[in-house]
Amino acid sequence: MPDVRVVNVSKRFGKVVALDNVSLHIKEHEYFSLLGPSGCGKTTLLRLIAGLIRPDQGEIYIGNRLVNDVPPEERDIGFVFQTFALFPHMNAWNNVTYGPRVKGFDMVKAETIGHEVLEMVKLHERLDAFPNELSGGMMQRIAVARALAAGAKLLLLDEPLGQLDAKVRADLRYEIRRMAKDLELTAIHVTHDQSEAMAISDRIAVMRKGKIIQVGTPNELYMEPASIFVAHFIGESNFLEGYALNSDNEGMLVELRKNVKVHAKRNNINSGQKVVLAVRPEIFSVEKEKKEEENVIPGVVERTTFEGTTIRYEVKLINQDLVVIVKPSMTEKWLKVGEQVFVSFPPEKAHVFLYPERGLKDEISVE
Amino acid sequence: MPKQGAIGALGNLSSKRSAKYGMYLTAVIVLFALIILPPILGIALKWGSIAYVLGRRDLLSRSLIAVQNSFTIALLVSALGVIAGIPLAWVIARSKSKWIKIVDTLADIPFIVPTSVLGYSLLLFWSLPEGLSSLFESSIVSPGWLLIMLLHFTFSYPVIVRVVVGALLDYKREYENAARTLGAPPFVAARTVTFSVIKPSLIAAFILAFARSISETGATFIVAGAFENGPVFIQHMKESLSQGAITQAEYDGATVFTSFMLIIVALLIFLVIRIVGPKLKLPVKKIYPAVEGKLSYTKACLSRNIVTLLVFFLIVLVPSLFVARTAFSAILTDTFAESVSGSGIWGEYWQSLALSYILAGVVTLLNVLIGLPMAILIARKRLGSLFSAVLDLLVNVPLVVPSIALGVSLRGFWKETVAFAPEMLLLIFAHLAITYPYFVKSMSAAVERISIDMEDASRTLGAKPLIVFKTIVLPLTKYSILSGAIMVFTRSVSETGATIAVVSTLKTAPVVLVDWVTHPSQFTASQRGLGSGFLMFFSFLILLALRLAIREKGRY
Repeated sequence: MPDVRVVNVSKRFGKVVALDNVSLHIKEHEYFSLLGPSGCGKTTLLRLIAGLIRPDQGEIYIGNRLVNDVPPEERDIGFVFQTFALFPHMNAWNNVTYGPRVKGFDMVKAETIGHEVLEMVKLHERLDAFPNELSGGMMQRIAVARALAAGAKLLLLDEPLGQLDAKVRADLRYEIRRMAKDLELTAIHVTHDQSEAMAISDRIAVMRKGKIIQVGTPNELYMEPASIFVAHFIGESNFLEGYALNSDNEGMLVELRKNVKVHAKRNNINSGQKVVLAVRPEIFSVEKEKKEEENVIPGVVERTTFEGTTIRYEVKLINQDLVVIVKPSMTEKWLKVGEQVFVSFPPEKAHVFLYPERGLKDEISVE
Repeated sequence: MPKQGAIGALGNLSSKRSAKYGMYLTAVIVLFALIILPPILGIALKWGSIAYVLGRRDLLSRSLIAVQNSFTIALLVSALGVIAGIPLAWVIARSKSKWIKIVDTLADIPFIVPTSVLGYSLLLFWSLPEGLSSLFESSIVSPGWLLIMLLHFTFSYPVIVRVVVGALLDYKREYENAARTLGAPPFVAARTVTFSVIKPSLIAAFILAFARSISETGATFIVAGAFENGPVFIQHMKESLSQGAITQAEYDGATVFTSFMLIIVALLIFLVIRIVGPKLKLPVKKIYPAVEGKLSYTKACLSRNIVTLLVFFLIVLVPSLFVARTAFSAILTDTFAESVSGSGIWGEYWQSLALSYILAGVVTLLNVLIGLPMAILIARKRLGSLFSAVLDLLVNVPLVVPSIALGVSLRGFWKETVAFAPEMLLLIFAHLAITYPYFVKSMSAAVERISIDMEDASRTLGAKPLIVFKTIVLPLTKYSILSGAIMVFTRSVSETGATIAVVSTLKTAPVVLVDWVTHPSQFTASQRGLGSGFLMFFSFLILLALRLAIREKGRY
C-alpha cells in the first residue's frame, strides 16, 4: 500500500496561487484529511495527487514512483468525487465494473470484484438501478464501490459527504473509514467540515490560502494548535488580547485589558509583546462564588443559549472582554442573565500567540 | 401613490389572467395559422393535381428517384459530417492553444456565406478551370452527386461542429475525470463515457445537418449538373413549365407529389430518429485496452489533429472562400464600374440584394415579436407540461420539412385561399415559416436557463409580470435574442428553395445568383464572381456588426 509524498508543489490558475510550495507526507494505510475553508487549495492538492491537473513545480510521489508525468489512469488510484460523477448512462453494476473492464481484467474477475464491492457497500440488490433512481446515500456508496473495484491502493475522496443530509453524512463517514481500514488502503479525504475530519482521520493537514498551516492528529490539533487560525478553525476558541509579561513557575503572565493579569501556557514570546490568548469555551469554570483558583476574573452573564446537550453562556468580563463558555446542560446548574459570576481557567490550557501583524479579525477570517 | 404611466397600466394588465392567457393563445393561434396549417392545407388543397403526375410514368419515376436521392445524400452527408465534425469540435473545446480561437472563428465561415455563393464557390474550386482543375487540366469533381455531397458536407460541417462544441463545453468533465481515475485512457474515457453522455447533442447535430441537406435548393441546383434530387427536380419542373414542356396541371401534380413525398419521408425519418435515437446504445461495454491505449496518447492525437485540420482547411474552408478570388479579380475590370453604376443586369441585382436584406430584416423582426411569447410558453410550460411538449414538437415541423416543399405547399394554400395576396406577403410568410423554429428553439433554451427562482424573487418583491419580463427575463436573454436574430437573418438571406417556389416575379439575391450561374452563356465570370462577392461582403458586414454587439457578453 503506497505512501504519498508531495514535495514543494506549487500550482497557479492564472493569477491565483492555488498551492504555494506545499510539502506533505501521507503514510501508508493512513486515513488522512485535508481540511480547510473553501478556496484554500485542498481540492487542487487532491487533484494533483490524482493526476487530473499537473503541478507548475514540485514533485509528487506515490510509493517510490515519481508520478508528475503519469496520467491518472496509470496511478492506481480510486477517486470519489463530490458530485459522485456516476455515469448517468450506466446502471450501478456497469458503473462499478467500469474500472476492471477498462483495465482489461477478464470478465469473470471483473464480475467477482463487482459483486464483492457491492456486497461491501450493501447495495447488491440495486445493481440494476441507474444513478437517477438512487438516493444520495446510495449514489455515494456506489461511487465508493466503483473507486474500490478498480483495485485502487490509494483512495482519494473529494468532499465525498458534501451533498448528503446531516444524518446520512454522520453514518457514512464511519463506513468509509471502516472500508478503507479493512482493505488497508491509504486514504486522503478532503473536507471543510472540521467535525468530520476530527471524527474519521488518523491525521489532518489544516490548509489555508494555498499553504499547509499544521499537520497532526485530531487530538494534537485540538489540544495544541500551532496558530490562531487553527485554534479558531478546529473547534472554537475565545481570543483575549493583551501583552506578554514575564514567565514564572505558574507559566507565562499575560496582562489583559484594564490590568487584568492571568497565567497561560509557557511560551517563548518575549515580554512586552502584544499577544492573543486562546481559551476553549469548555475550559472555563464559571461559579457564583469566588473560589481560590488561578486566573479568576469576575463578570456578568449577558446571554444564555440552550443547545441541547450543552448550555452556552456569553459572559462580559470585568475588563469588558466578552467570552463564550459552554457547559453540559444536564449536569450543571444553569445561570441566569444578569448574574454576577467568577470565571476561571487552568493556565496550561490557555495558549498564547503573538498578535498577528494584519490584525486578529483578518487572521481568523475563513474567506 | 406614484403616478401611473403607460408601463404601469400595462403592468397591471399583465397581472390579469385573461390578458396573460390571451397573449399565449395568440401565440398558439399564430403558430397554427402561419406556420403549421398552411403547408398541410396547401398540399390538401392541391391533392387532386397528383392524378396528373400518376398518369405520366416518366415524371413519376423521376420524382421518386429524386426524392430517394435527396434522402440518400442527406443521410450520408450527415453521418460523414458527424464523424468528421467531432474531432474538430473536440480540438476547439479542449485545446488551450490561442491559435484554436482562430480556427473556432474560421469554422463559422461556411455557415455565414450565403449558400448560393457557397455553391458557386465550390463549383469554381472543384469543377471550373479557375479552380483546382487548372492544375490537372480536367475537372476534379464534375457537377453531380459527388459535388452535391461536398457542398452539403461544407455547409453542414460548421453546424455540427458548433453543436458538438456547445455540448462538450456544457458537459460535466467530472465524468471523464472519473473514468480516467478508474483506469480508462483518454480515448476509452471519451468513447465510453463522454460521447454516451452527449449523445442527445450528437443526434441533434445529425438532425440539423440532415434537415439542412434535404432543404437546400439554390446551391444544390448550381452544382447538380444533370443529377436530380427533390428540390432540383421541382426547379426543373418550373423550367419545363416556362418552356412549355409540361402543362400547368402536370407541374402542379409533379411539385405537389414530390413535396408530399419529401415531407412524409422527412417526417417519418425524424420520427424514427426521435424514437430510436434515445434508445440507441453506443457500444460502451467492449473495451480494447491495448489498441485504445495507443490511440490515446501523443502520436495518435497529433495525427488526429493534423488530419482534422487538413479536412477543415482543404475540404471546407478553402473551397468556401474560393469565390473571393474571382470577386477580387473582377474589381479590377470594367464590370466593377458597371456594377456600381447599376447599369444593365446590375439594376436587377441591386434590387434583389435590397429585397433580400429588407425581407430578412422584416422576418427577423416578426420572429422576435411572435416567437418570444411562444418561447416563454414552451420554456415555462405556461399551459401545462403536455401542451408545452406538443408545442415544442410542432415548432420543429418546418425545420424538418424541405424548404422547397414548404414553399410549394405554402403557395398552394395562400394562392387558393387569398388569391390577391401580394407576392411580398407570400415571401414573408414562407421565410417566417422556415426561420420560426430557429428563433423559438434558441429563445426557449435561453429562457429555460434562467432559474425560475429569479422570476419568483422579482414577483415577491412586488414586480408585475410585465416588469419581471422587462427587468429580469429581457436583460438576461438579450444576447440570446441577438444570437437568434442572427440565425434567422442568415437563414433568410440564404434561403432559395422556398423563395423559388412561392414567387414568380420577385427575385432575391440568391435566386438571381442561381440564375446567373446556371446560365453561364448569358453572364460573364466577372459578373458572377462580383455578384457573389457583394452578397458575401454585405452578409459578412452585417453579421460582423451583430457579432460585435454580442461579443464577450456571456452565455445569456
